[in-house]
Amino acid sequence: MTVAIGPPDSADLADAAADWAAAYVHIPFCARLCPYCDFAVVAGRDEATHRYVSALRKEIAMEPEWRPLRAVYVGGGTPSRLVPEQLGSVVGDLESRFGLADGAEVSLEANPEDWNFALADGLRQAGYERVSFGVQSFDPAVLKSLGRVHTPDQAATAVSVARQTGFRSINIDLIFGTPGETNVSWRDTVDRALALEPDHLSLYALTVERGTALSRAISAGAPAPDPDAQADAYETAEALCRTAGLVHYEVSNWARPDHGCVYNLITWAQGEYVAFGIGAHGHRQGIRPRNLRRLDAYLDRVEGGLSAEQGAETLDPWGREVERLLLGLRRIAGVVPGRGGEALLASLRGERLREAGVLGLAAGRMVVLRPLLGDEVGRAVLALQPGER
Amino acid sequence: MNIRNFSIIAHIDHGKSTLADRLLERTGAISAREMREQVLDTMDLERERGITIKAQAVRLVCRAADGQDYVLNLIDTPGHVDFSYEVSRSLAACEGAVLVVDAAQGVQAQTLANAFLAIEAGLEIIPVVNKIDLPAAEPERAAAELASVLGIDPAEVVFVSAKTGGGIDELLERIVRDVPTPLQRPDQPLRALVFDSYYDAYRGVVCYVRVVDGSLNDGDTVLFTATSEKHQATEVGVLTPRAVRVPSLGAGEVGYLITGVKEIDRIRVGDTVSHAGRTVEPLPGYQDPKPMVYSGLFPADGEDFERLREALEKLRLNDSALVYEPETSRALGFGFRCGFLGLLHMEIIRERLEREYDLDLVATAPSVAYRATLTNGFVQEIRSPQDLPGADQIDHMEEPFLKAMIIAPSEYVGTIIELVQTRRGVMEHMQYLSPERVELIYHLPLAEVVFDFFDNLKSRTRGYASLDYEPLDYRVSDLVRVDILLNSQAVDAFSTVIHRDKAYQYGKRMVERLRKLIPRQLFDVPIQAAIGSRVISRETVKATRKDVIAKCYGGDVSRKRKLLERQKEGKKRMKMVGQVEVPQEAFILALQADGDE
Repeated sequence: MTVAIGPPDSADLADAAADWAAAYVHIPFCARLCPYCDFAVVAGRDEATHRYVSALRKEIAMEPEWRPLRAVYVGGGTPSRLVPEQLGSVVGDLESRFGLADGAEVSLEANPEDWNFALADGLRQAGYERVSFGVQSFDPAVLKSLGRVHTPDQAATAVSVARQTGFRSINIDLIFGTPGETNVSWRDTVDRALALEPDHLSLYALTVERGTALSRAISAGAPAPDPDAQADAYETAEALCRTAGLVHYEVSNWARPDHGCVYNLITWAQGEYVAFGIGAHGHRQGIRPRNLRRLDAYLDRVEGGLSAEQGAETLDPWGREVERLLLGLRRIAGVVPGRGGEALLASLRGERLREAGVLGLAAGRMVVLRPLLGDEVGRAVLALQPGER
Repeated sequence: MNIRNFSIIAHIDHGKSTLADRLLERTGAISAREMREQVLDTMDLERERGITIKAQAVRLVCRAADGQDYVLNLIDTPGHVDFSYEVSRSLAACEGAVLVVDAAQGVQAQTLANAFLAIEAGLEIIPVVNKIDLPAAEPERAAAELASVLGIDPAEVVFVSAKTGGGIDELLERIVRDVPTPLQRPDQPLRALVFDSYYDAYRGVVCYVRVVDGSLNDGDTVLFTATSEKHQATEVGVLTPRAVRVPSLGAGEVGYLITGVKEIDRIRVGDTVSHAGRTVEPLPGYQDPKPMVYSGLFPADGEDFERLREALEKLRLNDSALVYEPETSRALGFGFRCGFLGLLHMEIIRERLEREYDLDLVATAPSVAYRATLTNGFVQEIRSPQDLPGADQIDHMEEPFLKAMIIAPSEYVGTIIELVQTRRGVMEHMQYLSPERVELIYHLPLAEVVFDFFDNLKSRTRGYASLDYEPLDYRVSDLVRVDILLNSQAVDAFSTVIHRDKAYQYGKRMVERLRKLIPRQLFDVPIQAAIGSRVISRETVKATRKDVIAKCYGGDVSRKRKLLERQKEGKKRMKMVGQVEVPQEAFILALQADGDE
């Protein structure tokens, strides 16, 4: 039983997720840092995992009571560096604190090289039934330039082990547009991923984030990702996914029916979630709190009985409306136009985007018809004035 | 009274200002403690009696070897080729000129140009070799060049070091001895030449005058003959360099006159001041300076238009050579078509607008004033490419030519000839000033000098060439207008009138630059250069294919929104040209000179 019944791109599902509750738990530990990653992560700090899990549990205990969760998402970092008991204890605490809705999605991220029967089995026992593998590529050269340590075979094995141990829903993450990756190599990567029959596929254009090793290398003269090559890669993958029966439901996400990611659907619907761990961001009652990003500071604060919150953002009603559009328009299902959408459609920019075939209106919903140009729409939304019609 | 009126003239950086400072110091006009470097160049000097001192004319008192006191009026001149017009009007107030040459650099183009102006004005010239203390100084060689150019005996040259003060006493003696005493006719009706003016926020317009005949007294009712305006002399005085009020300025004297007039336009430099009610023959005046170069100045932010207007009004108070009129550009909005004496003048104005008035400006390509003779016989001046009538209405066109004087070490003659040929120059004359140095005289289209000619000349000659020029005449020329089209729509800011032989080069360069400067849009953007309907160059900015944040999950929401916000702010600085978004800086960068040959 799951809460994401139906096609992942259905408008009903997209809108319903606005009322669902979720929890995010951040596990920052990694064997090594990937050059493109800008998340809150640490390498070589495995000695702190026990303290960290205790701190997470304390943080959960401090969170005000709430309604039952439709989704739990344990992300990282590399959650699979923890043992099932640790990961299980966190889910147990979330369940006892907030309750889990019937058929709630309990998901974690894992690296292929960590994955084995014992871990998979243990996680199943602990209540996890969805896993997302950081596969990134099936081309050894691309894996190497992305700083990944697993082999293509390990990735295939991991998916198979997850399937055999009864994971209900399996996702594969891939990255395209790494400098040096050819369209032939990318096509092969997508083919091999699809051959594993994943329930869900996330395809990300390699993005140069500020402050990363990748960004420094490019500043020093290394080749940067080419947006045109990335557009080619995206279009190639889109066609292959369609043939394989995966449904495109967000800019970078595809899934089989009944396998849309509940946690992410909640995010894009501007739904609410509590969040624990370093650098984690929550969203409750119109407030977006964010936690301390440094591990030691976080541990000290939580162990001292203090909140890990570093700050929070509160938007005014118009800001909320803009945010609803920015998030919702990432979905293939689009959004109910509402006040902001009406303003966009009436604006000069909106008109130009419609003429260019980027923005469309169908069955009363506003949709981005060319997801690769979504930011053009996003900036047009941000440029709207509250009073604009 | 023993009066000597003189100017110091020199090529730029040959030490004119330092020498002036030294004369001030030596004559006690300013004490060593008050001595600041280059007093005459300092615009915001002390305020005394409400007058901001623009030390254009300083009165020095000097006791000469003969035991007598002399009043020396040092009249400042601007040091750049753009302002030769102003040099000549300063010279008209003098009887002598100190011609300064750098001992290491010898005679340069403006040395000659200024010397000719002084000779034409009938001035006595005192040749001076300065900077004799420099390690690289070759005073004898510089003196020989000076002597050869002026046709004098090298023994007449005075050697000084304005830096150390060496030779200054001898120079003062020579000024006293050689500069003629002004013709003094105190009994004649008043005639005084206005040789400069400036606007003071407290006192209104301050005129610098040279009294030729009669005397100008505090309280006199004076007539400005050219404008027929009558005003009361509310104050007359001399600058020492402090403004010192005096009851009267007598014949031959130099000083200032304040009448309470607030609008600088009402005082014409070159005008003759007389006493109201007396009819006098005006002194030979000057022609109004004619702008040589035009450029459109637009505020980068359209909301700054009024501020730009106010800034131009203020600058014009002290710079009657600056002219401007409102101009509208489809691409750049509201701005002003401005006329300048030359490129330096243009750069100075732009810089002052940006620095002193904190304006962000977009300037269109500098253009010269062309003349179009229409088929109906009417002659139209073309100051902006937009003024140009259709080709079918034009009988022929003319462009302004310059007489350019270049002086350089002889080893660079080859590269100079090459450069000038690419600029459609015609050599008129070439002569060796000395075995090592050559003077070249060219007739050159002004339009070719406007674009980075001087920079190119400098870089080709490692900075050793000097240039001076003066307007010559208008010549028939095969001129065309090149338009630059973005997405089939002409961008007026990029249009130019240019010689047909240069049109393709201009079009290709602009089109290539713009391809790099214009960001990709939602559709392909063709960029074309065209003469009329004929396209001479074309590039395309391909449509954007990917512009989306790949990941946006629970922890990314605020961060990604802020990223888009920043990008949106960047887009705000875009100008819409039809459907095409063009970044502000594209206008600036595309119009920048690049030194490409």
